Amino acid sequence: MSETRNEQLAVLESMVRIRRVEERLAELFTQGNIPGFIHVSIGQEAVAAGVCSGLGPGDSVLTTHRGHGHAVAKGIELRRFMAEIYGRQNGFCKGRGGSMHVADRNVGVVGANGIVGGGLPIALGTALASQYRGEKTVTVCFFGDGASNEGTFHEALNIAALWSLPVVFCCENNSWAQFTPQSSYMKVTSVAQRAAGYGMPGTCVDGSDVTQVRAAAREAVERARSGGGPTLLECKVLRWQGHYVGDAQKYRAPDDVKEARTHDPIRSYAEVLGAAKVLEPGDLEKIEQCVKAEIDDAVAFAAASPMADPADLLTDVYA
Amino acid sequence: MMRETRYIKAINEALSEEMARDENVFVVGEDVGGAGGAFSATRDLLARFGPRRVRDTPISEAAIVGIATGAALRGLRPVAEIMFADFLTLAMDQIVNQLAKARYMFGGMYTMPVVIRAPCGAGLHAGPQHSQSLEAWFAHVPGLKVVMPATPHDVKGLLKSAIRDDNPVLFLENKALYAMKGEIPDGEYLVPIGKAEVKRPGKDVTVVATSRMVHESLEAARILAASGIDVEVLDLRTITPLDREAILQSVARTGRLVVAHEAVKAFGVGAEIVAMVCEERPALLRAPPARVGAPFVPVPFAQEKLYLPAAADVVRAVQGVVSA
Ligand SMILES: Cc1ncc(C[n+]2csc(CCOP(=O)(O)OP(=O)(O)O)c2C)c(N)n1
Repeated sequence: MSETRNEQLAVLESMVRIRRVEERLAELFTQGNIPGFIHVSIGQEAVAAGVCSGLGPGDSVLTTHRGHGHAVAKGIELRRFMAEIYGRQNGFCKGRGGSMHVADRNVGVVGANGIVGGGLPIALGTALASQYRGEKTVTVCFFGDGASNEGTFHEALNIAALWSLPVVFCCENNSWAQFTPQSSYMKVTSVAQRAAGYGMPGTCVDGSDVTQVRAAAREAVERARSGGGPTLLECKVLRWQGHYVGDAQKYRAPDDVKEARTHDPIRSYAEVLGAAKVLEPGDLEKIEQCVKAEIDDAVAFAAASPMADPADLLTDVYA
Repeated sequence: MMRETRYIKAINEALSEEMARDENVFVVGEDVGGAGGAFSATRDLLARFGPRRVRDTPISEAAIVGIATGAALRGLRPVAEIMFADFLTLAMDQIVNQLAKARYMFGGMYTMPVVIRAPCGAGLHAGPQHSQSLEAWFAHVPGLKVVMPATPHDVKGLLKSAIRDDNPVLFLENKALYAMKGEIPDGEYLVPIGKAEVKRPGKDVTVVATSRMVHESLEAARILAASGIDVEVLDLRTITPLDREAILQSVARTGRLVVAHEAVKAFGVGAEIVAMVCEERPALLRAPPARVGAPFVPVPFAQEKLYLPAAADVVRAVQGVVSA
């Protein structure tokens, strides 16, 4: 399938947007502007941007504690996203969720989740709703390699395959679960291998290569949309940063971190597009400028937003 | 016109009527389809509504609740069955961290019209892992409603209300009551969630009872009437939201309070009710209140009779409160 130049540039822009949003979040957090903690996906942007580039607003995305990228790539409005992470009244969740619970149903960001593996069973339900209504919409459920060891992974993949649900289970495998390396918690090296046990296709791609991610995601989404059932799509990525902002990664060999940072999905895609003359001199700068303006605007909005309204503390527990 | 039906049949009727009424309602759980449910609650629903709306699942309790949660996030109205209330423990994250919190945590973005039906209680010699009454755990979770109907009439009316409610409702059916017969109206009716009901008026003591203990308390009231003690039995029907008004009004009439439930007494719903009355209207109480509940042990298999709170325990508690 040949793509337009605009599509390719949009994917690049999406990755840049995620990178810069998270860099800014890390900076703001370190300065004390954001309460709680922040998990960034810097270095892993190709997964969010690549997978979401094939989705429409009617499609659902469920994500995790490391979910800013997925929400941004799915088109969440940056102002209210930022206000939520600031804990302000006009954040998407009125400041009750924060970084780990951003959501915007209007663009299909069903919600992020602070419970590792907690979203997988819920993805069955959002996908079932599409099937129940005869819609052509799909659900993508993002999760980490660590999450694939929760019982919910097993329950969810079995049922999704059994019922041919329109869902893509996208495992963003950064080979770490918090402070523990994958070799300490999994015998198999690839999460995608597990798909065979459920009777669904499993694919493993280089998640630093957005072209590969997009091709695999397109196939999986197409399968789901056309009634062919679920796919387990594993994207192998490298975690540049600590588990959370401020994690000094003492448990990790310095060379490992250095090596991870040589795999830059943004730089390599820019090179590819440059070589193909899709990206012309000045284009990247324009993207950077445009993204920076959006982020500046969102941060200003968040910082100027009212604190969570005390009168609201007790509302919305029940409908 | 009234007619007689069994508690389990009343549940089946409620499900059937609500599914016919609203295309968004579907049932999901283990053995709910062809088998019609482990206790027949979903009998004939598959034949009537088809496999799209009557969904058999693998033995995957977390997934069952996750399916319900995700479907509700997209606007459907699922009714999940957990085969025994004891197995709710396998779905604890999905119930407590996901379903119950979704509305609040996402700033009111979603309504979560989910019903989770689960048979609870002892009396069938089902042993320690198939007999518990765990309502207090769930009553402690903001965002959930917890309902425990005691009669065929109430179970039907409350289940229909639960399905129409825009909040997650944990619907605890006492399986020792499944075979019980009672009168229900012929036509459509609802019983409101959050409203207790006086099942027997009396002037000397209020017994606030839940589920099967409503019937034990009514039996106790008959026994005590012979010795001139007039017991009012207030069937709580809903645990949360608690009908504080009904409790306080009854205690205002009688001046004495006993709470009776089948769950272990320690840290239970009874403690909450006693504390609520003591905090809000201590002057109403002419005697210290009392609680009836199970001892602090798992539900034993052969020794169920010894274990289960019964009418005699309510009689003793009432006598103690009246003579205090
Ligand atoms: C059920 C549960 N267990 C533990 C945690 C604490 N925790 C948060 S993130 C995390 C690591 C998750 O690893 P993975 O799923 O691979 O995602 P990653 O952080 O690498 O993106 C852990 C252990 C949690 N939030 N939830």
